Amino acid sequence: MKFIDEYQNSELAGKLAQHIATHTTGQIRLMEFCGGHTHAIMRYGIRQLVPPTVEMRSGPGCPVCVTATGDIDRAIALARLPGVIITTFGDIVRVPGSHSSLQQAKAEGGDIRIVYSARDALEIARANPGKSVIFIGIGFETTAPTIAAAIIKAKKEGIENFYVLSLLKLTPPAIRALLELGEVKLDGIIGPGHVCVITGSRPYEFISRDYGIGCVISGFEPLDILLSIDKLVEQVESGKPKVEIAYRRGVKPEGNEKALELIEKVFERDSAIWRGIGNVPQSGLKVKGEYRHFDADRAFPVTPHPAKEHKGCRCGDILRGVALPLECPLFGKVCTPEKPVGPCMVSSEGPCAAYYQHGAGYE
Amino acid sequence: MCLAVPVRVVSIEGDDAETEIGGVRRRASIALTPEVKVGDYVLLHTGYAIGIVDEAEARETLKLLEEIASLSEVH
Amino acid sequence: MSDTILLAHGSGGKLSHDLVEKKFLPLLTNPILARLDDSAVFEASGRLAFTTDSYVVQPIFFPGGDIGKLAVCGTVNDLSMNGARPLYLSLSAIIEEGFSIAELERIVRSIKAAAEEAEVKIITGDTKVVNKGQADKLFINTSGIGIIPPGIDISGANARAGDRIILSGTIGDHGMAIMSQREGLRFETPLKSDCASLNKLVAQMLEVSPDIHCLRDPTRGGLATTLNEFARQSRVGIVIEENKIPVAEGVRAACELLGLDPIYVANEGKLVAVVAPGDAAKILAKMKRNRQGRNAAIIGAVTGEHPGRVTMKTKLGPSRVIDMLSGELLPRIC
Repeated sequence: MKFIDEYQNSELAGKLAQHIATHTTGQIRLMEFCGGHTHAIMRYGIRQLVPPTVEMRSGPGCPVCVTATGDIDRAIALARLPGVIITTFGDIVRVPGSHSSLQQAKAEGGDIRIVYSARDALEIARANPGKSVIFIGIGFETTAPTIAAAIIKAKKEGIENFYVLSLLKLTPPAIRALLELGEVKLDGIIGPGHVCVITGSRPYEFISRDYGIGCVISGFEPLDILLSIDKLVEQVESGKPKVEIAYRRGVKPEGNEKALELIEKVFERDSAIWRGIGNVPQSGLKVKGEYRHFDADRAFPVTPHPAKEHKGCRCGDILRGVALPLECPLFGKVCTPEKPVGPCMVSSEGPCAAYYQHGAGYE
Repeated sequence: MCLAVPVRVVSIEGDDAETEIGGVRRRASIALTPEVKVGDYVLLHTGYAIGIVDEAEARETLKLLEEIASLSEVH
Repeated sequence: MSDTILLAHGSGGKLSHDLVEKKFLPLLTNPILARLDDSAVFEASGRLAFTTDSYVVQPIFFPGGDIGKLAVCGTVNDLSMNGARPLYLSLSAIIEEGFSIAELERIVRSIKAAAEEAEVKIITGDTKVVNKGQADKLFINTSGIGIIPPGIDISGANARAGDRIILSGTIGDHGMAIMSQREGLRFETPLKSDCASLNKLVAQMLEVSPDIHCLRDPTRGGLATTLNEFARQSRVGIVIEENKIPVAEGVRAACELLGLDPIYVANEGKLVAVVAPGDAAKILAKMKRNRQGRNAAIIGAVTGEHPGRVTMKTKLGPSRVIDMLSGELLPRIC
């Protein structure tokens, strides 16, 4: 498969790993912000390829993991309304809310359908004019324009029974909030490649400008990740942190202007609650203006009981890179992929699921 | 976040494209990449093309990887 | 006869008899079934294997097969995985009121073809009809009986350190063919289910070496789950190599698109065998001469280390632990 296979070459990977090893003079701590990177790092064993001097921590870049319990509860409450079809990406179906999950709500009779795309949700709305089809919009800037496009199409085609529960979030404010907290000393950040296909690298420049930390925007194949680590090591060793694009076949500094225009047209910024970080101003997207009709929040106000967090669950700490999955008291004992307590264990991008399935305690 | 896969654009019809990877075909929306042409590769995320793959840059990246690899041999 | 199934077709009266005698019997007939007694009577001696499975797959027609073919192959395969030669199957159908009789015929024809291919006879059956909405079109249960030749002892608990692991062919074909048809995940693809009966393949493997330790078909949960089952049952470690696992290009691409790992995707025409190291090469050679084993490969070995654990040497070199599948295999966007 073109643009995939070439970046999985094991010989080149070994040489890159060697190059990284010979150029690190001290301990370096990097954070991969994005859940897709967490997944790829585990899948390809990147941690075992890089020298022990390079430490990698996962950040809050999994849109499923950072969805607040209260928001899951809202989705479940919507699922219980009569005449509603819930359409959702598969990722979020097993995430536990305060008392239940979408999967459980489905077992109890809720009409909950997994879709691959916002447009599939739109098709379901078109095919079921007597029902209200609510799409659970989780995702970051990569997914936001696709949902904007679906909403624009719904309006254009007069589909009035389509709604979006926008749980979309913007990544730069969360990274800033994390760096402001200053809990973990980081030497560099592996930047989210597909978010940046949309946003470009400019919204990330504050990382080196304001915090003196380097950020290399990375693709998702093993050679992409190794290349990004190599560049971050070079930045650290030379004392010259900057924001640079390693994933040049996908990311331009200015991003995808058409996509940004669509986001601007349909959404406005609002504050949002990120699990593990809390309320982050201007980090969420809310449906606005002439498209307000499509906002599920506005059309179906639900007020579930106050969210209840599970005692002992350290998802929040893990998402901020403050703790490793193995340091959560519930990991592997009470919280397993079969019976997850928190989203970090459910999402295949979540750091805990990644650890559990690919090598918890096995190095 | 987020899963996006490079696929080849086989044909275009209005806002939609027929794309292909490894013999598997999938309809995709090009609402975010209206300037795409048949034969281009796009990054497909949840049924939408989110960006066009820059093939020249792809080649440059591979060259860079090979350069770094050869450097590590010298060491 | 009407062109859809009515409740009366399941009530035991004339319509029921018509259904059986006009739609099922002519296609599936054999002397035992034709008697239409309350039970099938036959003689069998030796060590018997007995299994049952219910089939509720959606959609009921998919590229490469249908629920009928699956119902025969699945149960034949369960018997084969213990080294049994499959003899007889029962066939029980629960049909939703309103189901198309033409489609039912199509499925019965499929069952006939699959039974002939596997050389098994369907000797007893049952049909019930339920109200609309109480079944998703059609559910089928098949139970099967087979005879295990003397000297054969195949079990998930028999793996020993040093054994080799043979996979009979490409993985992920069935699961991805099914997923590609589901609402919201449509691909115009050449993906076909690998649904097939494996009893002849197993018989040939046993001809080469009756001392096969474990056999299992990696259905739901995929290759990874089956290997974990062996590791736990036998209390051994298993090590496999990603590069050695055959995956068809289309399956690989479909998995990329949905963010799935082929080692967790269901198969319906493949088996995993754990065999003594000295026999591996000749068993493999024999398998490759059978259509169902044409892409067979040795993918790893059993070790005395890390009992209960399965590890895989990845494409890039480092190893990672592979656990069983948890929950449902869901596509991801992230």
